[in-house]
Amino acid sequence: MSIMEYNGGSVIAMVGKDCVAIASDLRLGNQALTVATNFEKIFPVTDRIYIGLPGLATDVTTLRERFRYRVNMYTIKESRTIEPSTFAHLVSSTLYERRFGPYFIEPIIAGLERNPATGELSPYIAGADLIGCLNFAKDFVVAGTASDKLFGVAEGLWEPGLEPEDLFETISQTLLNAVDRDAYSGWGAIVHVITKDKVISRTLKGRMD
Amino acid sequence: MECSFALVGKDYVLVAADTTAARSIVKMKVDEDKIKTLSPHLLMAYSGEPGDTVQFAEYIERNIRLYHIRNFHPLRPQSAAAWVRRSLAQSLRSRSPYTVNLLLGGYDVASDAPHLYWIDYLGTQAAVPFASHGYGSYFALSLLDRYHNPDGTLEEGLATLRRVIDETAKRLVVAPGNYKVKVVDKNGVREVAL
Repeated sequence: MSIMEYNGGSVIAMVGKDCVAIASDLRLGNQALTVATNFEKIFPVTDRIYIGLPGLATDVTTLRERFRYRVNMYTIKESRTIEPSTFAHLVSSTLYERRFGPYFIEPIIAGLERNPATGELSPYIAGADLIGCLNFAKDFVVAGTASDKLFGVAEGLWEPGLEPEDLFETISQTLLNAVDRDAYSGWGAIVHVITKDKVISRTLKGRMD
Repeated sequence: MECSFALVGKDYVLVAADTTAARSIVKMKVDEDKIKTLSPHLLMAYSGEPGDTVQFAEYIERNIRLYHIRNFHPLRPQSAAAWVRRSLAQSLRSRSPYTVNLLLGGYDVASDAPHLYWIDYLGTQAAVPFASHGYGSYFALSLLDRYHNPDGTLEEGLATLRRVIDETAKRLVVAPGNYKVKVVDKNGVREVAL
C-alpha cells in the first residue's frame, strides 16, 4: 500500500499552439472503495494558470489552500499577477519546505506565460515531484496513479502545434483511455483548455464503472 | 463494528449512526448517541478510535458554538466543514493525531440548500450526495448508487436508509443492532424513528 495511491487520481497537461490544456479524472477513493465521483483536483490560480494536484486527497485540499494564500500574498506585495514560471518556483519551494515530511502530491502546472518585452503569451507547463523537483516539458507532463499509462498514450497521440479544439480532443482521448486501464482513476474527467482570450472547461463522462 | 450513513434529499440531510460503544469484542453500551448537533442546522456523526472521538467531537462542538456566540450567527455548513477538515489535517501531522471519521450534514439557511460532507481522519473532505463510514459502506454505497434519489421526499429518504440498514444487518457479520437517525432541514435538527 503506497500513500501516493491511497486515494487514486491522475492529472495530465499538454502544450498546443498558443494554448495549453490540463485535465484530470474525478474519482476519490479509499484504496479500492470509491467514495466520491466529483472530486476535482485541478484549481485555477490566476485567469491563465491552473494547477493539478494528484496524490493524497487531504493534501490536495491543504495545498490548494496554501497556494491560494501564497498567490494572494504575492499579488498584494507585488501589485501584479503571478507568471506561470514564478508560480512553478513558488510551488517547488512550498513543497521543499516539507523535505523530510512531505505533502504527498505531485503537482502539475499549466498556464500561458507573458513575455515581459513583447507582451506575447506562450504556453508553459511543468510538473514536480512530491518534494518540489521541477520538470519543465515542451510537450506534456503527467502525474498520478495512471501516470505510466498516460505517458504511453500521450506519446502516441500528441503532436506539436495543435489548435485549441484539436488539443482538447487529444488530451481528452489520452486521459480517458489511460484511466480506463487504471483501477484507481476514472469516473469521468474535467478538461481545461487555456487560450489567449478564454478558458474552455468541459466535464466528460468516461466509463462510469 | 461502527457504521454511519448519511444521504441528501430534496431539502434535508439524513444522518444515521449506530449506537454501540464497544471495547475490543465487548459491547459496553448500546444506546450511545454518536451524532452531535453542532449548530441549529448542522449535524455531525463521528466514529473511530474510542476516546479520540468524544474528545474531538466536543472540541469541534464547543468551538462552533463559540463562533455562534461571538458572531451572533452560526457558521454555514461549507465553512464549518472546511474548519473541521483543517483541524483534522493539522492533527494528522501532529505528535498525537485524532483518529476520527466524520459525516457532516447541514442545511444552509442562506441559500436554502442541504449539504453533506464526508471527512476522514486524514482530513480528506468530499461533498457528496450520500456517504458512509465503517464496514457498512461496502454495502451502503452500492445500494445508494442504485436507489438514492437526490430529489426524494423525507419518506423516500427514510425508506432508502432503511434499505441500507437492513442490507447491512443481513450481510455484515459484525453489524450493529441499533441506529439513531437524525434529520436536518430548514426547521432545524430533529431525531426521527426508522
